[in-house]
Amino acid sequence: MDIIITGLITGSMLALLAISFSLIFGVARIVNIAHTAFYMVASYCIYSLSAKGGLNPVAGMLIAVGGVTILGLLAYRFLIDPIREHEAAVLIATIALAMIFQEGVMLIYTGDYRTVSPLIEGFFVVAGVKVFYQQVLTFAVVLVILALLWLLLMKTKLGLAVRSTAEDREVANLMGMNESRLAMITMGLAVALAGFTGAVIAPLAVLSPFMWMEPLIMMMAVVVLGGLGSIKGSFVAAYILGFTEALVVFLIPKGAFLKGSVALSIMILVLLLRPEGLFGISFEEER
Amino acid sequence: MFVARLYVKRLLTIVRGEVLVLPSRIVVALFFLVLLGMPLISQNPYLIRVIVLTSIFAILAASWDLLSGFTGQVNFGHALFFGVGAYTTALLNIHLHIPPWGSIPLAAAAAVLAGLIVGIPCLRLKGTYLALTTMAFPIILMGIVFALPDLTGGELGISGLQRLSNSLLVNYYIYIVTMLVLCTVMWKITDSHTGVIFHAIREDELAVRASGINTTRYKLLAFCLSGFFAGIAGGLYAHYMRIAGPSTLEVSMSFSVVIWAVFGGLATIYGPITSVFVLFPLLEFVRFWPEYRTMIFAVVVLLTLLYMPEGLVPWVRDKIEKQCPRCKIRNVATRKTCRVCTALLD
Repeated sequence: MDIIITGLITGSMLALLAISFSLIFGVARIVNIAHTAFYMVASYCIYSLSAKGGLNPVAGMLIAVGGVTILGLLAYRFLIDPIREHEAAVLIATIALAMIFQEGVMLIYTGDYRTVSPLIEGFFVVAGVKVFYQQVLTFAVVLVILALLWLLLMKTKLGLAVRSTAEDREVANLMGMNESRLAMITMGLAVALAGFTGAVIAPLAVLSPFMWMEPLIMMMAVVVLGGLGSIKGSFVAAYILGFTEALVVFLIPKGAFLKGSVALSIMILVLLLRPEGLFGISFEEER
Repeated sequence: MFVARLYVKRLLTIVRGEVLVLPSRIVVALFFLVLLGMPLISQNPYLIRVIVLTSIFAILAASWDLLSGFTGQVNFGHALFFGVGAYTTALLNIHLHIPPWGSIPLAAAAAVLAGLIVGIPCLRLKGTYLALTTMAFPIILMGIVFALPDLTGGELGISGLQRLSNSLLVNYYIYIVTMLVLCTVMWKITDSHTGVIFHAIREDELAVRASGINTTRYKLLAFCLSGFFAGIAGGLYAHYMRIAGPSTLEVSMSFSVVIWAVFGGLATIYGPITSVFVLFPLLEFVRFWPEYRTMIFAVVVLLTLLYMPEGLVPWVRDKIEKQCPRCKIRNVATRKTCRVCTALLD
């Protein structure tokens, strides 16, 4: 039972992160290594706003998400957009950006571990296992956000534009969609989602300036497993890997060290059989 | 006596005709001379330590560039070869008491094997899939290392390795000469028939296959060569620090290699070497601001990439040298005509 709860929570968090990462990659062809760094910055914003500033948690969350989105848009506009043609340079730029965030957070908040108090205290007992209300809330909120995202992408015109740019950049440009503005909008959307994940997970996790590395690896494993550029794939793969992690941690004796290894081995095995990932679209050679 | 003078004269002609002609070659010659002559100027142990570590990482960065810059298979898991080299030489040295000059080549062979293990699944993958898969391998190995602490020493690693030699000076020369020799070998590889094929695979693999070249063999060869040199670097590192720990397998080590190589310029061997010699001392000498160290490093990298997106060395090279439009030979930028075919340089 513990396994199911942990699996669901981890899976939901990975799903949000992976879908937003997939969005940026699909639309703008940017591998954004700093994605989980935005998630970390949002968590720390929530921490300051609620612990030091004493603000209402929900308002704090909105402010944190807004702040992180603006940060992401600025970073994109000034640091990544000028060098978008050189993909290797963009990669290194995002790594450097993530390092700057890490060091900045370490300077402001020092390296101690912090916690954020949960929104709803208390727990209830199901089948002999404690389930915190906060965990249920997190899971419900993530599902709601995923549903909203699905609505946005499938039913609105903006979503249609995003999806078509992800499929074929040049033809979308020919059809009259402003491709660079769409890249900026998608970047803002994705960073907002990453920030939202941070805000939502903050009560459940321990904050430290290095907390962005571990979700980064798992998130990339999820994205690759699900297939780059495929939202449905990221969603499914997130839950697969979330449950695998939970299973490994709880069932295998030295599990805590091996959970990354097992998840990544599964990813490699699936990639051996299907090089595009589970639901990935195999890209034609882009010349 | 007469024969000796003849050879000296020939050497001088070659130096004047080939080396002194281009500023980049002058820089390379100066680099060799300065490194080899350093102990005559100063034997400060800290300086020696920085240079030795820099040269070890220079071999590592150059081996990454051999794989990812030339063959186009972006490898985010280079720390795997480094760590495999370090751990293998540590295990061989401690448990089987093989001296360092024997265990390091064996560690390189183990890293070549690791290269094959990584390379074979990656044959079908392209682009980001390849990058993320290669990133997975060191993490898997690190999990295994932590899960088997009796064999690998867990978090503390394996310590108590022998040095390569007991005198500071001889040690320095062994490392420097090894680095210079290996980097020259790598440069020769890229300048050869195999190197041209590697470059072609990166540009357009389909065309290479259509020309009848077995790209699978060459891609695996790239992985193995890269693993070989990185394994040597790992072994040298383990014997210099006298400890082989899980920090050699970390993601940040892989990322550092990628940063050095891309900062210096992809698809050149001298680019990553230069950038390691620029960035690593920078990181060391900013030590007097311990909180801001990594941030300054990251800001420097970010700003440089904004203005020199192809890398530091190609930018500098394009400023000081020009290519002749007719015979494609490089000339100093201040010349008006090409030195070989006397065409006008614009």
